[in-house]
Amino acid sequence: MRGSSPPGKSSGATIVTVGRLPRIPLPALAVLCLVLVTTALALVFFVVPNDADQGFSQRIFYFHVSIAITAYACFAAGAWQALRHLWKRDPRADLAGYVAVHQGVIFGVLVLLTGSIWAKISWGHWWLWSEDQLVLFLVLFLFYCAYFMLRFSVEPGPQRANMSAVYALFGVVLIPVSFAAIRLAKGLIHPVVFTRHGPNFGGWILVTYCVAQAAMLVLAYTLYRVELAGKQLDARLRAVREVLA
Amino acid sequence: MITARALGKRYGEKRVLRRVELDVPEGGFLVVTGPNGSGKTTLLRLCAGLAVPSEGTLEVAATRERIGYLAHEPLVYRELTALENLDLYGRLYRVSERRERIGMLLERYGLWEVRHDRVASYSRGMTQRLALCRVLLHDPALLVLDEPFTALDEAGAELLDAQLAELHGDRTLLVSTHDPARVEPLATARLRLA
Amino acid sequence: MRYARDVGALARKDLLLELRARDTLPAMLLFVVATFVVFHFSLPAHPSRLAASGLLWVAILFTALMGLGRAFVPEREQRVLDGLVLAPCDRSAIWLAKSLATLAFLVAAEVVALPVFALFFRPLSGHAVLGVALADVGICAVGTFLGAMAVMTRARELLLPLLFLPLAIPIVVGGVGAGAAASPGRYLGFLALYDALFAVICWASFEFVVAE
Repeated sequence: MRGSSPPGKSSGATIVTVGRLPRIPLPALAVLCLVLVTTALALVFFVVPNDADQGFSQRIFYFHVSIAITAYACFAAGAWQALRHLWKRDPRADLAGYVAVHQGVIFGVLVLLTGSIWAKISWGHWWLWSEDQLVLFLVLFLFYCAYFMLRFSVEPGPQRANMSAVYALFGVVLIPVSFAAIRLAKGLIHPVVFTRHGPNFGGWILVTYCVAQAAMLVLAYTLYRVELAGKQLDARLRAVREVLA
Repeated sequence: MITARALGKRYGEKRVLRRVELDVPEGGFLVVTGPNGSGKTTLLRLCAGLAVPSEGTLEVAATRERIGYLAHEPLVYRELTALENLDLYGRLYRVSERRERIGMLLERYGLWEVRHDRVASYSRGMTQRLALCRVLLHDPALLVLDEPFTALDEAGAELLDAQLAELHGDRTLLVSTHDPARVEPLATARLRLA
Repeated sequence: MRYARDVGALARKDLLLELRARDTLPAMLLFVVATFVVFHFSLPAHPSRLAASGLLWVAILFTALMGLGRAFVPEREQRVLDGLVLAPCDRSAIWLAKSLATLAFLVAAEVVALPVFALFFRPLSGHAVLGVALADVGICAVGTFLGAMAVMTRARELLLPLLFLPLAIPIVVGGVGAGAAASPGRYLGFLALYDALFAVICWASFEFVVAE
């Protein structure tokens, strides 16, 4: 039996390789994010033509879908960090996973909000059980909120990290299973399956969607980096204080 | 048997152990002393395998089936009898001649008469004796005992003295205690935690 | 096989503990029947097949939660779980044994609850009962796993429903569908898939939940 770990490595604003990706400095990331989000907003509201079926309200879908995919990406990142914690015992993985899940929940709430707004504009109701994506995110929101309750109910340490990691992995498995369940449930509750005609992906619509998606992913990554840096700084401050004590 | 270099343990921000060095050979008897909160229990938990180090290295040349750990808590089910508890542990540790060994230990520690009574009905001293039986059941090569003399009456303490003397030299012992004088004659090394 | 013997020894211990305490199973029985009575008063008379199926599953789920919340309580007292974790057996055996024991109690409670349900509301089809059986496996596998996690936190039993309910939603869908749908086969298959998937994850990751 053996346990060993090197002293924690710092990762401030210097360019340090993480895995295979070069680590982009935070200021550059923030600028990129600003550019993409502004471009996306401009495209969505001024350039793209109106949707034939649903008119102006359909524009929110560019954000709704891209935010949803971003949220999935955050949860997947959380699960990836969970694996790294459990398998490689990487000391940074626990905090990174926590921040990833946190971002996932933030974007998840945005999915629920944008979806709700769309539902109100298009169908007159603030909530629609027939919208699979919305219901799925509601379930995931409940699941990942419990993640935080779990985390805050355990003292910091290896056990908390282990439990968080395992729970994050459960979450990622739950996503497809829940989606299948919601589909199956519709067969019971709404015998008439609701189909929406997807947008005709041509020209500006595709470009706008891609820009919006890139913008949301970069925004999520920027917020992730900011939060992670803040938390790592906190940890280092505490360590320094303890050494001085 | 046990080697530790710059061993440290942290729970979140709270540092419990700092730069501990250990070198316990096979057959050694290490006595660990220190005030409350100095990390004795944490050190023993690390050696028993219940915790992993935060810093430094720890090598214990024994697998789980050769380690016996006596914690502050007796680690027995209160609603089961002594016999049922030891039978469970005997099965899990794959003790050969389980029944005979359990009988021998219960008799030696004066619990034979009450072997069919629920542990909840025992006094604290009796529970501690049962915990000792649990630890000795699988004849471990490494014994990690956290303040084993607590709650034992004079008779029980004498039984433990005799047991430790018997094991001395043959098995490796790591004992934390508030009464180091008691085990002083057997100790081959001492560690005081601040 | 060693593993099977370890699981057997541990499961026997769990059954013995419950038989001696005799509190969880009677409480579950009483709770489930009381819940049915509450449903009778709180919902319209002669519920449809779908509504009745839904009622059954709400009752089963919350009854199971009661039992699951108490599953690891004996191990939490005096940190007996440490004693099990120290043993040379595979840690997943602890989870498996506890799940099997909990499954036994849940099934025992349902052996009474299902006929009572048929008496109060409407009879259950063979598919519905099969659905209950399959779902029980999933409930016990996941619930026991989460119960072990919950018992090690400050919030303890308070946390278990929060952790468990999102994961239980697919089980409810499968169970209700098995009881009420025109083609229950899909739902039964889904339940089997859920069981297989989550049982494997629980089995593989229990080690990390109980050991540092």
